[in-house]
Amino acid sequence: MSEMYVSGQSGIGRLIQALAERGHRVIGPVVRNKALVYDEINGVEDLPKGWTDLQEPGRYRLEQRGDEKLFGYVVGSASWKQFLNPPETVLWSGTINPEGFMTDPAPEPPKYAFFGVRPCEVAALGVLDKVYATSNGLPSMAGYSAIREQAFIVAVNCVEPGGNCFCVSMDTGPTARGGHDIVITEIAHNGNMRYLIESGTAAGAEVLDGMANLEEPTKSEIEARDYFLTEAAAAMGRTLEVDGLPELLKGNARNPRWDSIADRCLACANCTMVCPTCFCNTVDDNLSLDGTHATRTRKWDSCFTLGFSYMHGRPMREGIGARYRQWITHKLATWVDQFEEMGCVGCGRCITWCPVGIDITQEAAAIRRADLRDTPIGIGGFV
Amino acid sequence: MALPKLAVYKFASCDGCQLSILDVEDHLLDIASVVHIANFPEASREVVEGPYDLTLVEGSITTPHDAERIHEIRRQSKYLVTIGACATAGGIQALRNWKDTDLFASTVYANPEYLDTLHTSTPIKNHVEVNFELRGCPVDKMALVEVVAAFVQGRRPNIPEYSVCVECKRKGTPCVMVSHGTPCLGPVTQAGCGALCPSYNRGCYGCFGPMESPNTDMLAAAWQRLGVSHRGLVDAFRGFNAYAEPFRIASDHHEALAVAQGE
Repeated sequence: MSEMYVSGQSGIGRLIQALAERGHRVIGPVVRNKALVYDEINGVEDLPKGWTDLQEPGRYRLEQRGDEKLFGYVVGSASWKQFLNPPETVLWSGTINPEGFMTDPAPEPPKYAFFGVRPCEVAALGVLDKVYATSNGLPSMAGYSAIREQAFIVAVNCVEPGGNCFCVSMDTGPTARGGHDIVITEIAHNGNMRYLIESGTAAGAEVLDGMANLEEPTKSEIEARDYFLTEAAAAMGRTLEVDGLPELLKGNARNPRWDSIADRCLACANCTMVCPTCFCNTVDDNLSLDGTHATRTRKWDSCFTLGFSYMHGRPMREGIGARYRQWITHKLATWVDQFEEMGCVGCGRCITWCPVGIDITQEAAAIRRADLRDTPIGIGGFV
Repeated sequence: MALPKLAVYKFASCDGCQLSILDVEDHLLDIASVVHIANFPEASREVVEGPYDLTLVEGSITTPHDAERIHEIRRQSKYLVTIGACATAGGIQALRNWKDTDLFASTVYANPEYLDTLHTSTPIKNHVEVNFELRGCPVDKMALVEVVAAFVQGRRPNIPEYSVCVECKRKGTPCVMVSHGTPCLGPVTQAGCGALCPSYNRGCYGCFGPMESPNTDMLAAAWQRLGVSHRGLVDAFRGFNAYAEPFRIASDHHEALAVAQGE
């Protein structure tokens, strides 16, 4: 049974404090370089009070809202995966000397609290868990579970979706569906900022139990919360029609739309880097000049690079159209075969942060409009 | 066993890439312990005769004499690596390729008849076979160490060919084009600098030259939406890597459009 409380902004500060006191490094949204990024926060004063982020395809602008909201933005520019699977991770390093070969001690996994995780992002953590944590009889990716299992998740429901949001299509929001320890809903109520704080797990309830000065929410505050969240669900910037989508994409490998995308796509890999679920890594081995010290480093990779599909002397996906097709078909079709869900949560980052504004929802819709499965060109399926 | 012999040669260039070798500080002693620095006039008066196992070449070909000299260097070198934008793309001095060098010579020099120069600045690969290219203006010093290490260890250098954006996002820097409309060459430029300029809220200048599959047309269209003119695009693509083919074609294209549209 979840517990529900309400507080003003001071309660949010006390919650950050309570998590820090439990030994968590609290990570939350902060304004930096004219964008919202996720980084360490020490109190409510670090949160982006009064800021919002206008998001369109290929365009993002931070603007002042003219109010006191702490969570009046959409999502951070980069996702939480940067903490669970850091962009560069030393898997191991070691030294050989006359006494033998010794590996260097591995660092302790950090104990995070993620503060301000949007419902689509909570869902993305679940998607990453299926990929990286122990599943399908496979061991977990090195280092992932050690960080993930200690992470405390404070979700914040979305009452103001952005222009590129489509979590309703992906069934991941705007209300958190579980997977969080605590969830907050920020509402403007009778001229005040009020925060409905609910536990999602026993760990979350325990943190809330230990906090003083939390109030019982009034009936009208709960009604306001429900009203704003219902309104939010109807205010999505975008829609992705998911019905039959895996079969549609798999059956349209030769659709000329891929050529149109090839003309527009920069193959810069921004979409995959900002995506909260894109999980591909590459591994670099480095040996010091004198050959005595070796380091193995895991780095974020992208299916938009040529090196990604390089084998037997050439890349298998030379054209940019083939690379985009691989990406979207994996996200929305073959991911289902692997993990029984799509690899997209509808956060809209790939649309916003594409320097030329290519929109995954529009591209999927274009393929649907020009479905070639029943034409001679469609025969042969995936090539 | 004798150490492999290293030579470093300079053509038309500013010496910045050679200096990067001397700038590797602690690693310089490591380099000297795995290769014999046999011919590196910027570092030592001692010159050991060739042939050389590993030769690093800085600079572009701008004179008839240099066009001959590079062939002799190639003959003396088992593995030849070009370092920097001059050696790999012709450098900033390749801007002469669009201009009248005789006019420059007569404007700058009192007695231009003593000059013996070519009308072009061209990369080393246009003259001799090159085994590996290390990009950048200047090159990244740790990439130089990597090239030497890879050579000594008999493996392929671990040098990325994808876009600057990959490094930029790994670093956690929000895109400067998207978040504040700053024109950036990052999406068409090869990584290797550590996404230096975007980290300071500036657009990429393309110091590392074209990435593996640059879509210059589409990036140019995005720059135009940010208010950059065709003339502005010509200037952007004609930087340190102006004569690298994708950038050269893009700048020629926008120059023709600038002229046609009376910019």
